[in-house]
Amino acid sequence: MSNKLITSKTVVLPAKDIDTDQIIPARFLTTTTREGLGEGLFRDLRFGKDDEPVADFPLNQPETQGSQVLVGGNNFGCGSSREHAPWALLDYGFRAVISTEIADIFRNNSLKNGLLPIIVDEETHAWLIANPGAEVTVDIVASTLTLPNGQSVTYPIDAFARYCLIEGTDQLGFLQSHLEAIEGFEERRTWTP
Amino acid sequence: MTATTLFDKIWSEHVVVPETDDTPAVFYIDLHLIHEVTTPQAFSLLREKGLPVRRPDLTLATMDHSTPTTPVNSLKDLAIVGPNAERQILQMQNNCEDFGIDLLGFDSDSRGIVHVIGPELGATQPGKTIVCGDSHTSTHGAFGAFAFGIGTTEIGHVLATQCLLQRKPKSLAINVEGQIPDGVTAKDLILAIIGQIGVNGGTGHVIEYRGSAIRQLDMEARMTICNMSIEAGARAGMIAPDEVTFEYLKGRPRSPSGEEWDAAVERWKALKSDEGAVFDKEVTIDASTLQPMVTFGTNPGMVVGINEPVPEQADDENFDKALRYMQVDAGKPLIDKAVDIVFVGSCTNSRLSDLELTASILDGNKVADGVRMMIVPGSQQVKQEAEAAGLDKIFEAAGAEWRESGCSMCLGMNGDTVPSGQLSVSTSNRNFEGRQGIGARTILASPATAAAAAVAGKIVDPRIFLRSPV
Repeated sequence: MSNKLITSKTVVLPAKDIDTDQIIPARFLTTTTREGLGEGLFRDLRFGKDDEPVADFPLNQPETQGSQVLVGGNNFGCGSSREHAPWALLDYGFRAVISTEIADIFRNNSLKNGLLPIIVDEETHAWLIANPGAEVTVDIVASTLTLPNGQSVTYPIDAFARYCLIEGTDQLGFLQSHLEAIEGFEERRTWTP
Repeated sequence: MTATTLFDKIWSEHVVVPETDDTPAVFYIDLHLIHEVTTPQAFSLLREKGLPVRRPDLTLATMDHSTPTTPVNSLKDLAIVGPNAERQILQMQNNCEDFGIDLLGFDSDSRGIVHVIGPELGATQPGKTIVCGDSHTSTHGAFGAFAFGIGTTEIGHVLATQCLLQRKPKSLAINVEGQIPDGVTAKDLILAIIGQIGVNGGTGHVIEYRGSAIRQLDMEARMTICNMSIEAGARAGMIAPDEVTFEYLKGRPRSPSGEEWDAAVERWKALKSDEGAVFDKEVTIDASTLQPMVTFGTNPGMVVGINEPVPEQADDENFDKALRYMQVDAGKPLIDKAVDIVFVGSCTNSRLSDLELTASILDGNKVADGVRMMIVPGSQQVKQEAEAAGLDKIFEAAGAEWRESGCSMCLGMNGDTVPSGQLSVSTSNRNFEGRQGIGARTILASPATAAAAAVAGKIVDPRIFLRSPV
């Protein structure tokens, strides 16, 4: 499968304001690497006391296994700046998150790691929420989300972020290409921090 | 000349390469605050690429999130936080040593919560751009800085280049007019603001808090306000600097001194929104009607006045779920609800004035039977100042625990957690499900409301305890 296309059934978490503490509880943040955080993803929603899986939590249902597209309620990813949230989602196997609104820092962090934050209109969102498991296709080049009925919606994405996702561009490399300008800026400032 | 906002001025002064349709701006960072939890992977990246930290002199490191709040006299005392947190702390020490960064660690009297020590040291200054791998970096905006939280990849960018790739956010003016009533604190004001605009009311925006009520606040109160900007979803929160700001900064270790001080103050005085500057959005709040606020749900926007009933909301599954989790009833106030734990601390409310307010209520009283109260100062310096004023004696006489500084029970990373099912009244910033521990139920409130709850053993209007106006 092309890495510019994601075709997957959706998993739906309809709650609004899903915060980063729910995505990855703070006790998993003592790690010093990026790997293995999928284990902590939605840990306290997926597992109850004594680490028993919560049967009706969508991620525990057999039909959602292998899904790469998560649909969440409005204001997904609010809360802390922990990049562990997108790392955990990616490690678990997700490649895109869809909502009507995605919190700023989470959205930035996601784009830096190749997790695609997709903002859709309320009508599309309502349909997705009402139809968990729908097979959708995300075209990263065209910035479109295609629903099972063939209808496509275009989602907004920053041009540079999209370019980096497609080309696999290293944003640090891009910044470093401006080092001369950064040095010049430091020399000509009228005050020093 | 076009009238510009405070934020516009700071933004344009820090653009190294302007943004275009295709590329974001290369944006300069004046101060990079780092801590042990969100940096290890960034340092690993520098090692992989063989890169140095470009401006260690603009980087300030401390340890606060996963550190014990019991005394650390030797490395053996770290065992209490568990092997992973201990490894993270030791790695931070190594990283700072290897990359030549000044670390305010366990051997420093200046260690503390990163958002408490920046201002305390005078490193936080008007007009600076400040970032940290922590969403509550917005705190520093209280000084008229543009300060915001970033992720670990961006931490790597700043370490390597002292710059970030940024798109200019929109602006939101929150005008707070009128006199804040006695017994009502900055925490109550910011909770009321979040309740009004919602937890996503500031998404994509930088907030400037303005108006007569904001001007009356001291710096610690302004920090409490800006701190919780992120709880409204905002990128940052700011308050234009004034004499109160300059007075606070004068003479601090990293503040400018002598002629440089005078020049800095001249420059800082220009940092304000011009008459007629246009904001993308504006909201007005009447401060005179405010009362102590308490959250009833599982995000900071679910908040009511202390004597007001929890609202009823028909056909809202999220709302019902939050009330079930919190075990609160719609239509009834939270007054008289029994509490198990009271936490005074966090980057929101752990400064000297917060502790003084707490002590004013605890003085001559006892923490109620069956209630555990933990008081965690924001920094070792706040701890020293509180002890010099005898506050620790008041806390201990009342039966509260008095700890070393750190983030502690705000997010429960270091083992300071609220047991499952217990109700906590906390001066911190997030009442998310499980934030303070698995199954923990959190009510956010001011230090006054928290201390009053500790003494009464239940939620009460703190104004009944106040001997003199706050």
